[in-house]
Amino acid sequence: MSDAALPAGLEAEATAERIEDKAFGFWIYLMTDGVIFALLFATYVVMTVGTAGGPTGADLFNLTHTFGETMLLLVSSATFGMASVAAREGDRRAVLLWLVVTAALGVGFVIMEGLEFSGMIAQGAGPDRSGFLSAFFTLVGTHGAHVSVGILCILVMLAQIAARGLTPPVASRLFRLGLFWHFLDIVWIGIFSIVYLPGVL
Amino acid sequence: MFGRLTIEALPLYSAIAMGGALIVVFGTLAVMAAITWMRAWGYLWREWFTSVDHKRIGAMYVILALIMLVRGFIDAIMMRTQQAIAVNSDGYLPPDHFDQIFSSHGTIMIFFMAMPFLTGLINLVMPQQIGARDVAFPYINAMSLWLTASGAALVMVSLVIGKFSTAGWTAYPPYSGIDYSPYVGVDYWVWAVLLSGIGSTLSGINFLVTIIRKRAPGMKLMFMPLFTWTTLCTSVLMAFAFPAVTVVGVLLELDRVAGMHFFTSGDGGNMMNFANLLWIWGHPEVYILILPAFGIYSHTVSTFSGRKLFGYTSLVWATCAIAILSFTVWLHHFFTMGSSANVNSAFGIATMIIAVPTGVKVYDWLFTLYRGRIRFTVPMLYTIAFIVTFVIGGVTGVLLAFPPADYLMHNSTFLVAHFHNMLIPGALFGYFAGLNYWFPKMFGFRLDERWGKRSFWCWVVGFYLAFMPLYMLGFMGMPRRMEHYDVAAWQPYLVVAFLGAVLILVGLTFTIVQIVVSVRRRAELRDPTGDPWNGRTLEWATASPPAPYNFAVIPTVTGRDAFWTMKADGTAWRRPARYEDILIPRNSAFGPLIGAIAFVLGFAAVWHMWWLVALSAVLAAIVVIIRSSNDDTDRLLPAAEVERIETAWLAEVAAAPRPVDEPARGVPSAALPGAAT
Repeated sequence: MSDAALPAGLEAEATAERIEDKAFGFWIYLMTDGVIFALLFATYVVMTVGTAGGPTGADLFNLTHTFGETMLLLVSSATFGMASVAAREGDRRAVLLWLVVTAALGVGFVIMEGLEFSGMIAQGAGPDRSGFLSAFFTLVGTHGAHVSVGILCILVMLAQIAARGLTPPVASRLFRLGLFWHFLDIVWIGIFSIVYLPGVL
Repeated sequence: MFGRLTIEALPLYSAIAMGGALIVVFGTLAVMAAITWMRAWGYLWREWFTSVDHKRIGAMYVILALIMLVRGFIDAIMMRTQQAIAVNSDGYLPPDHFDQIFSSHGTIMIFFMAMPFLTGLINLVMPQQIGARDVAFPYINAMSLWLTASGAALVMVSLVIGKFSTAGWTAYPPYSGIDYSPYVGVDYWVWAVLLSGIGSTLSGINFLVTIIRKRAPGMKLMFMPLFTWTTLCTSVLMAFAFPAVTVVGVLLELDRVAGMHFFTSGDGGNMMNFANLLWIWGHPEVYILILPAFGIYSHTVSTFSGRKLFGYTSLVWATCAIAILSFTVWLHHFFTMGSSANVNSAFGIATMIIAVPTGVKVYDWLFTLYRGRIRFTVPMLYTIAFIVTFVIGGVTGVLLAFPPADYLMHNSTFLVAHFHNMLIPGALFGYFAGLNYWFPKMFGFRLDERWGKRSFWCWVVGFYLAFMPLYMLGFMGMPRRMEHYDVAAWQPYLVVAFLGAVLILVGLTFTIVQIVVSVRRRAELRDPTGDPWNGRTLEWATASPPAPYNFAVIPTVTGRDAFWTMKADGTAWRRPARYEDILIPRNSAFGPLIGAIAFVLGFAAVWHMWWLVALSAVLAAIVVIIRSSNDDTDRLLPAAEVERIETAWLAEVAAAPRPVDEPARGVPSAALPGAAT
């Protein structure tokens, strides 16, 4: 609208400050999301005994499958890291490429999780079977929903980078999305070691 | 298409419920007709609803809070009336309706009266106190407001379409589960709480970033005004406690809708986990409500004593200690649930420890008053009433902190008396003090003192009449939430409590009269200088109401009570060498749009219209994506325009009758409103 009227220096300064505000605010947001996961983890641990005579983790979990999911997610974190490096170099094509790879790995992860869930539901171990399974589906599903939102955000970033290039606001969004993506990786490591490993061992 | 929404949802089951529904419907229609008649829709939309200015958002929060205060109070007086007459009889309210009323009273007063009230005051004042031009994220701020409003709207709609929860404001399972509460009431509760809870989490993050990142040059943390400190601590609590209520609401809804077993009594559910999760939010929430009020009292006590605050450092550390301890006491809300004696003792001791920093604060306020030149203005009256009354509530709290005593008192009216004794003098009187104190900053004129004092006396005396009998009834063994009872000895106390409620009704009416009278006398009550009380902190350095940018030149701070120093140095109200261009965020329909979508989403979820839930979720995602892809959000206020606004204001200051350099002359109070005569 009145873009031309804004003095460039003033606006650049405001944008720079705003980017720092947003980075700090995003760290705090991640901490609040961490509280949500912490409470879901605590609920899960409390409810592992609540199987109500139904299947337990040992009956249901398949570590090979989970290992596959873990690999997809860990590698996707690495590829997002490559995208961040490329963004710092200002290489728009490389950023786009690495983001597409990251999104594809994320989609693979979500598909694997969907297969696991549908398999469990098919054998009568759905979230309404027992308190334990409610907690399992909700904790792991909340993480999966976060990954799905992350994929959606990657698609939005692809569009923005393609249309506008790596302007400071766009690059700053990419940085925050990176924080989010790596955060989900850390949460997944928690899920792997608190849900799947003890469930099987 | 309409899920489980049928014509049965209209409140045809009771004349009283129908009456309530009609009041809501016709009240809404009357307001809309009045706005249409005044042709004010365009003005309201452009200047208010789409505004991202923290002062306007703050004012809208406060207006929402006052509306919901009236609704929550109507619930309260209906309960008091019922209990005053329902000895060995059914009274006038059927049990199902009575249960809805105590549930909505608690929900409204916590989530839709107190939360918007304090968030509004913080929005209005905190950025000005730290010398900032706005909060860090103005658009998220607007979104928080409209999410809160959408939650409030859901509660109001439940009066007309369907029923509200009968499970109390804490919605404990298994009663709130689908087996015992199959209808929509609990779903209304969950969705109202979820929507406003997301708004509060975002507000917490927003204020936290604002205080850490947006302070004026020179304002160290230990130079910050006390209200900013309490806001900082409250924001930390909002950001980290509210996710817990989000989790507990979602899990309860998954039980109800998806047949899960988080809190069911069979199939591996765990009801105690609900109490834990709820109070992990719920106890910090108590301090979210009360810490901002502590901040307000710290300002009123010092301004109206004409002294600097006694024990600033200890007040800051007491606030921080309370904020941290508030996360360590949640189990005292359910001592009787059967944790071991060791667990109960640990939480009992932690609870008693909180009384220590709180006591420190009370002494700091008392020592500030000591040898002060006290002006008995409305905010000061509330402050003094608070100090006296709050100590009584604090003492009963320490009593309840003993698990053995709690076993006797829990679920009785003693508990009801205790927490009202904390939250009415502790929080609500503080908000009233803040409203009277900062109202000129909102609208440019003071509130009428005479009606304010009348209202104050009704509130305070009414409070004592309404709640002291409940302490005694608690000792006599009366449980809370009784629709009728057969112990005749209780009735006299309940009649006194009812009279107290009537007196509070008069007080509330006088509050409304006070606002109306003040609006009519606004020319007389005009605050030309922006500093109507001889204030000490930076919010008084701006005009009343402030320009959109607050400060034409960001002040440099060298100590506490920055504005007092400026007045003493003679640097207040000084024209700078030159004015500069200022960028301010442009208005946006984003906030109201997200609020409207959230309301539709919540309403659709309550009535199981899943297609509409999906549609509004997609719409919300699209709106957020569009909004967050926009890099062009500022408009420029040219230096010439800034100069015009500032020159006009400074001329008004110069023409104002009061001396502008009181601290230097040492005659701070004589010519001011409320000065002793």
